[in-house]
This record gives sequence, C-alpha cells and structure tokens, in this order.
Amino acid sequence: MSHMDLLIWARGTGLQLALGVFVAGMVLRFFEIYSLGRKPDLSTPRPGKAWAGWKTIVSRSFPHPSMAKRTYPTVVLGYIFHIGFFVALLFFAPHIRLFRETAGFGWPALPTPLVDAMALAAIIGLLMTLGYRLYHPVKRFLSNFDDYLAWTLTLLPLLTGYMAFHHLLLPYTLMLAVHILSVELLLVFLPFTKLVHVGTIFVSRWYNGDMLGHKGARL
Amino acid sequence: MSATLEKGVNAFREVMDAPIASFFNSCVHCGLCADACLFHTETGDPKYTPIYKLEPLKKIWKQEYTLLGKLASMVGLSQPVTDAELEEWSPLVYDSCTLCGRCTVMCPVGNDITYMVRKMREGMAASGHAPAGVIEATRKTIEQGSPMGILPKTFLAQVRDQSEETGIEIPVDQAGADYLVIMSSMEIMGYPEFLGSLARIFKQAGVSWTVSSEAFEATNSGIQIGVSDIARQIVMRIVDAAEKLGVKYVISPECGHAYTALRWDGPNLIGRPYKFGVVHVLELLDQLHKAGRLKTEGKTDEPLTLHDPCQIVRRGGVVAEPRNLLNMVASDFREMEDCGSYNWCCGGGGGVSANHRAEELRFKSFQVKKRQIEGTGVGLMVTACANCRNVLEEGLEHYHMDTKMIGITELVAEYLKEDKPA
Ligand code: SF4
Ligand code: SF4
Repeated sequence: MSHMDLLIWARGTGLQLALGVFVAGMVLRFFEIYSLGRKPDLSTPRPGKAWAGWKTIVSRSFPHPSMAKRTYPTVVLGYIFHIGFFVALLFFAPHIRLFRETAGFGWPALPTPLVDAMALAAIIGLLMTLGYRLYHPVKRFLSNFDDYLAWTLTLLPLLTGYMAFHHLLLPYTLMLAVHILSVELLLVFLPFTKLVHVGTIFVSRWYNGDMLGHKGARL
Repeated sequence: MSATLEKGVNAFREVMDAPIASFFNSCVHCGLCADACLFHTETGDPKYTPIYKLEPLKKIWKQEYTLLGKLASMVGLSQPVTDAELEEWSPLVYDSCTLCGRCTVMCPVGNDITYMVRKMREGMAASGHAPAGVIEATRKTIEQGSPMGILPKTFLAQVRDQSEETGIEIPVDQAGADYLVIMSSMEIMGYPEFLGSLARIFKQAGVSWTVSSEAFEATNSGIQIGVSDIARQIVMRIVDAAEKLGVKYVISPECGHAYTALRWDGPNLIGRPYKFGVVHVLELLDQLHKAGRLKTEGKTDEPLTLHDPCQIVRRGGVVAEPRNLLNMVASDFREMEDCGSYNWCCGGGGGVSANHRAEELRFKSFQVKKRQIEGTGVGLMVTACANCRNVLEEGLEHYHMDTKMIGITELVAEYLKEDKPA
C-alpha cells in the first residue's frame, strides 16, 4: 500500500467507519444517561429557575474569581489547549475546505499563521498539562489509564497536523494520512473515555444550573 | 432494619439517575473540586478530593449502567463493591463532607458533587456504614421528636421562659395563625433567646403566629444521615401540624440544614407539595422591613462580620437578606474574603457536628474560617444558623480566639424601635 493509498483509505472508508463508531457511541452514552430518568422536584421553585440550566452551560466556562484564585494554572492551561484545539479544528482553511466538499457549506477561515500559532500553543499547553498532572498531588492521585489515554488521543491529531503542515519527520502524504488516522482514533475512542465530556458537559452543566436555579442560588 | 451490603448496593441503584450518570461521565479528573473543599485545602490530603468521595458509587454506575462496564463485568474484569471498601469510605462520605456545596459551584464540567454525596449516603446508611453519632441523633429524633432528645415539655418550658422574659405571650397551637415557628434543636437548647427575639419583632410588626406543641423541631438528621423514611417521618410531623393548624407559612429557623430539609427536600420526601409555604426567617424579616412593618432604631458601632451559612446562602439563595438586615442595625459591617455565595463552610454542617469521629478533622478544617475572621479584624461575628454558630464557637474556643457571636434575629431584635401605641 502506497502512501497515497493509505491517505485515500483514511479519507474515505476510514473516516466513514470512525464517524460511524463515534455517532453510535455518542448515541449509546446519551441513551445510558437519559434512560435513567430523573424524579420531578415537587418543592416550589424560586423565580429564575427557567433559564438557569442554559445559563450555567455558558457561565460555568468562566470560574468566579474567588474560586479560580487557588487554581489558576489548571484554569489557564485548560483555556489554552481547549481554545487552541478548537481553533485548529474549526478555523484552519484546509479543514473548512474538507467540510465544504462534504457538507456543501463552510465558514471563513482564520489566517493560517494565527492558526499555526494557536495549534502550537495547544500542543505546548497539553504537554504542560501532562507535566502538571504528574506533579500536582491531587491530579496524580485521581489519574488513571483513561486520563493518559485521553491525553494521548488529544495530542496526536494536533502534533501530526502540525508536523504535516510543516513537512516534518515523515513525507507529507504519509504524515497527512497519519494525521487523519489519528483523528479517527480520537473519534472512535471519544465516546468511551473521559473525552465524552465534550458532549455530556452540556448535560451536566444544565442539571447543575437547574438544581441551583430551582433554589434561587447563584449559578 | 438490619443493614447489609446488599441493601446498600440496592440503595446505590435506587438513587442512580440521569444527573448522576451525566456527572460521572463528565468528570475530567482536573482536581479543581479539591481546591473548593475545606477538608482538602486545610489538610492537603488528596483523598479529600470531593469527587473521590464517590468512588464506590461511581463503581456501581460504571459496572451496571454502562455498556463497557457491563462487558467488563461479564468477562470478570471488575471488582465488586465490598463491605471493607464502604467502611473505608465512611469517613470520606460523612466526616469530610458537610454538604456545603462549594465543589458544586466550582466544578468546570458542572458536576453537582454535593447532590451525589447526599445520594451516596443513602447507600452507606443502608449498608450500615453511617457514623454512630449521627445514627444516635436520628434514633432520638424518631423516638423523642428531636436529635438532642428534646421532649415537648422541655420545649414548652423554654416557650414559657421566653414569654416571661419578654413579657409577651407566645401563642401555642393557635389554629388559623398565619405563621408557624419551628426551631432547630440547637436553638431550643442553646439559643432560646431566638424565640424571645421573634416574639418581640412579631409583636411590633403585627404578625399572627404560633408555635406547635407537636412539631417544634426543625432539625432533620434523617437527611444528614441519608435515611429517607426517617427523613420523611420528621418532615411529616411538621406538615401534619402545619396543615392541622391551617397556617399559611412555616418559618424555617436560623438553621441551614433545617431550611434545606423543609423547603427543598420535604415535598419530595412526602411525595406531594405542601398546602403552606416555607419561608426562612431572614427572608421574612427582610420582607417585613421592606413593608415598613419592622422598624429599628440606632445602630451598633462595633465592627462586625457575617458568616454565610452554606445551606441558606450558597444553596438556599438567601444572599441579600442577611446583608440588608445587618446594614439596618450595624454601622461597621465588614465582609469576609470569599463572602456570600462562595463563603467557606464552618466545617460542621451536614451532620458533621454530630459526628464525634470527625472532631479532629473539623478543628483542622476550621483554620480557613480562622483566617477569614482574622482577615476582617473584627471581634464580633454574626450568623444565621444555630448549628454554624455552635460549631464556630467551638472552633473559636479551640483556637483561643476571642471573637464573640450573635444570631441575626437576636441582633435585629436588640435595635427594635419600641412602638409605644400612641
Ligand atoms: S472539578 Fe469536576 S471535573 Fe474536576 S475532578 Fe472534580 S468533579 Fe471531576
Ligand atoms: S460539599 Fe463541601 S465539604 Fe462536601 S465535598 Fe463538596 S466542598 Fe467538600
């Protein structure tokens, strides 16, 4: 199999398979959650409950200063790699082109040098996250195989994408194929690792906000 | 009811719902919740990380409520939850959690850890791993109506005392009154002046109220320990009395967990909404003040600070009211660092103060409160929860601090404008 064949497989069959597993996995995980149901709360809510869940989905991205002051390394590193990752994923011109070819629509890209810098920041951020995880007593204590697997799965697409773009290490075609395969690996594992939080975070924040809002508490 | 591991695991299954499944799915092991929890910040021990306190419950979730977990169990890859494990977790679930709710507002993915600890306690209690002190308090509540074993005659004697002291008649079992006043055991035994203060305030404001000789006890240790049927009985006693007397509102006293139990948990425990409303005493006082029915005269110049009780403020939404009331009677009110919804717990909520096993840890964790108080540089601290007050007083004594304490209702009553009928 030539590099080109591998790339074609990765962009075609491989991607379809990975997306299939990803979608089925996410549906399963959400089914596992929602099928458990929730008892209605019979106590009289305070006014302001209605939107509390939705508001919390947004507001929980911004920690309150009195909470964040002890934890800013985690908060800052978290921002860097999440923002860097999503900028690279969603605003890199070739990614949007690929999306446009498949879905028929797209959106404007950010300047490539900016995306490049953000991707690098995300990579460095992730490396520091690992270092911090190994150094911080609580994080080290909580960590299990899932955490290191999730970290690897997140880093690989960023790293291989960065190397493909800069023509590092491997021939471009092969590196591009490896990059796409790493994305597929991420898609396949995402629903079954802690990375599932990309979806369930909305559910959790909504429930949290709904319960606080019911009592009229600050979200 | 004999407690067994099987009953405990069944209780874990019973409480499993969509929010809990979502929370376990979402946790990214960032460890931020540890920095929200006083038991971790004051000891530095990672085992006090809030989400870690739920490991056994998480195990059941993973093994029985996820496809992958079920597959792993089928091929023998998972370890069942054992009695030894639950015994090991008992101090984590009971001694090192006051249900203060700080972790719940900190977690970036939105996990309501406090909610889960509450639920997990149901399985811990059912499997016989609740601490002795809390079990004892619950038994007394059932047998005698109160966790401290307060009998109706003891309560009525306090009512008489306060009546005599204030020269105001306190109505007992008066059908058709607007408000029913109940008290926490801590108030009845330690701070009965609360009742006298209320009598004076209500007289001035013209509030129609009563106490009940059957339901006077607001503390619900059934909830703290995690036994729903006991919690239900305790709530039912108040509901029965309130509906029999036909009151419009029950006033929750200056006690955080009593407020939570009555206001938010009660209707769910008895399976129906109440025929009356529940109002926290601070909300009512603030309403009366705003309506011009509660008038005070003069202010204290003594610098003072406020300890926000978790269940009333962070988890009860009563944030502005205590501040309005304090500003009404104090000219030098200084907020603590992290005040309001992000305040640190006194360290004794959620049944911890009734749990002797937890004492050393509780004093250790009090250091954060000590720093907060010292930061304000004042010698008087006000609070709105009799349990907080008792725990704080013990902490102050332990650290040889000479900060004095007072309840808000009492302080307001001190500055009440004497309404001489013209
Ligand atoms: S803060 Fe939330 S996501 Fe982070 S470890 Fe605690 S429970 Fe998990
Ligand atoms: S509710 Fe409070 S005491 Fe309990 S784990 Fe969370 S932060 Fe700690």
